[in-house]
Amino acid sequence: MIKLRNQELIILIVTVVIFAGFSIFLDKFFSTGNLLTLMRSVSILGILSIAMAVVVISKGIDLSLIATLAVGTALASVMSSPDVLPSFDLPFVYAVLLGFLFTAILCAITGILVAYWDMASVFVTLAMAGVIYGLGRTLFIGDELNYLPEDAIWLEYLGRGQLLGVPMPIICFLSLAFIMHLVLKKTTFGKFVYSIGDSGLAARTAGVPVRPILVIIFVIAGLVAYFAGLLTAGAISSINTRMVSGSMIYDVLLVVVVGGIGLSGGKGGMHNVILGTLLIGTLLNGMVIMDISFIVQNLIKGIILLIAIMTDTILNPRDEQTTQQGDI
Amino acid sequence: MKFKTLKLIIVALALMLPLSAQAEKMGIADPARDKYYSALQGKRVAFVPLAMGFDLTEGWYAGMKKALEPLGVEMILRDPNWSADAGSKAISSLISEKPDAMVIHNPDVQTYAKLLKKAEKAGIHIVQVNMKSAFPTDAFVGADYIEIGEIVTQKVVDQCGPGTSQKIAIVQGVLTAAASAYQLRGVSNILEKNPNIKVVSNQAADWDSTKARAITETTLQQNPDLCGIVGFWDGMDIGTGAAVKEAGMHEKVFLATSGGGGKNGCDNLENDIFDVFVSYDVPGQARDLSNALKSLLQSGNKPGKAGKVSFFTQPQILTKENMASYMGSGACWTVESLSSN
Repeated sequence: MIKLRNQELIILIVTVVIFAGFSIFLDKFFSTGNLLTLMRSVSILGILSIAMAVVVISKGIDLSLIATLAVGTALASVMSSPDVLPSFDLPFVYAVLLGFLFTAILCAITGILVAYWDMASVFVTLAMAGVIYGLGRTLFIGDELNYLPEDAIWLEYLGRGQLLGVPMPIICFLSLAFIMHLVLKKTTFGKFVYSIGDSGLAARTAGVPVRPILVIIFVIAGLVAYFAGLLTAGAISSINTRMVSGSMIYDVLLVVVVGGIGLSGGKGGMHNVILGTLLIGTLLNGMVIMDISFIVQNLIKGIILLIAIMTDTILNPRDEQTTQQGDI
Repeated sequence: MKFKTLKLIIVALALMLPLSAQAEKMGIADPARDKYYSALQGKRVAFVPLAMGFDLTEGWYAGMKKALEPLGVEMILRDPNWSADAGSKAISSLISEKPDAMVIHNPDVQTYAKLLKKAEKAGIHIVQVNMKSAFPTDAFVGADYIEIGEIVTQKVVDQCGPGTSQKIAIVQGVLTAAASAYQLRGVSNILEKNPNIKVVSNQAADWDSTKARAITETTLQQNPDLCGIVGFWDGMDIGTGAAVKEAGMHEKVFLATSGGGGKNGCDNLENDIFDVFVSYDVPGQARDLSNALKSLLQSGNKPGKAGKVSFFTQPQILTKENMASYMGSGACWTVESLSSN
């Protein structure tokens, strides 16, 4: 049984209150169809938040997730589109593996810079986002909008198919969260991740191979983001690399912070990601139903992020330990 | 020795060449030719789009290169990749490099206005493309977005007459973008005349197909009797259309959108993602751009001194049924087809 911390309890209550409010006051909010729509529209956000959560638990942050997602996926689609790159006409499955490899290598570089060069992850990943995007666009991806090749039917099934009436992205999100939960809570690797997030120094003294673990964390996060990218592409049969310059990365942070994974590291788990995703999904869905304008939607999201960080600061105050080791 | 004789023979032949040519000259000479070619030879034209890598800008650039480079015009490209700031810097540095003309794709009506004025003062002809600045320059080439908004909305309204739910949804782009704001005016022009139409959702999807998809999904859940959707750009509305199709409602919900008229848009008509696709004919615009440049460079007028001219693009209203007949006039183009001869 998962024990809820104070903060999580607050968020759970807030989610339930908003959800109940919408159900009562918004026509057709509480219907199976709308609830599935709600979940599916945020399931990609949820998968990205799984990636971010793992990094944040180890007291890092990964701002290059969207770049990884878009470039990796666009690379896969370009590699198997003969009219885009005539020399590459790979079957889509191989192209996906190539994208996998590309993502893994670049994320390993990020991890090495953070772990072995001792640089702050916020700066490394900010720079790497530019490197990944620039490299991908100059070397391989000519157009922003890349359509999936015709043999990507299996991916389109993952992106828009259903299993027993439940859209596949929801199933992917929940299964991935479950797998990550097992990894974090039941394996030695998971224990190491928490111990690094709690105190890198103490973990090293205790014999945890901090640096290799950090590299692995960034590779895992990148690959999860790549998977989210494939699902995005499957849902609309195309991937647009312009999303790199959008605000999606802040939505991901919003989910992680609102869900109650402390930015000071070592805390939280997959239940926080699911909770955060549900709260944001409920809000987004409700706001669209109420036809609230885009600017006001951003305002509401911003205020919620602020409140969440304030709650985080009150409930996890900066103590001597954080002062010594610094924040993210 | 041998080499010297060879040289002599060549010189002798070269001297005879004009004689023989003169002997064969027939027909009449066109005095305007020289003026045309010499006016363009060696000129430099800079292109500052919002970004390369998407159909509109790639199409314009390919079309201009194809038309102007054979005439000896040098094309310079500065790609600010969606950053208005980088675009301003590019224009500033171009002003000091002083090309003969610039083709500018404005991010909004204000950002570049002062720079364009400065550029004209510095003696550079400015042609604006598709997105207007508040400062009018020698020429504007592009879609009349208000008209595009009107056509798209009218198509949807026509489908949603009495007997239907008369409910429609609007999927806008980025609120501050001129292309979105002008289209919205067009939409409201038509809606004013049709007070029976109910707008049940009017959301901005930020030119992002994923967002368009999520918004449309929710709108369809809320309004299963939705009649039509007004979309603002084909690249974004593949998400809108995917949501409609996935809900199994593409027979009932009429989706009209607009864009550059490229092959991908046509494919989406073919696959029933869109019902109407209003094209602003990028191949035609590329030709208009090239001709505007040719005319400015030949005119001998000082930049900004002659009357300002506009070339509004004649829109092509494409449907699954009629698109084949538009292919001869440039619809369903690819960048390759614009750059090859």
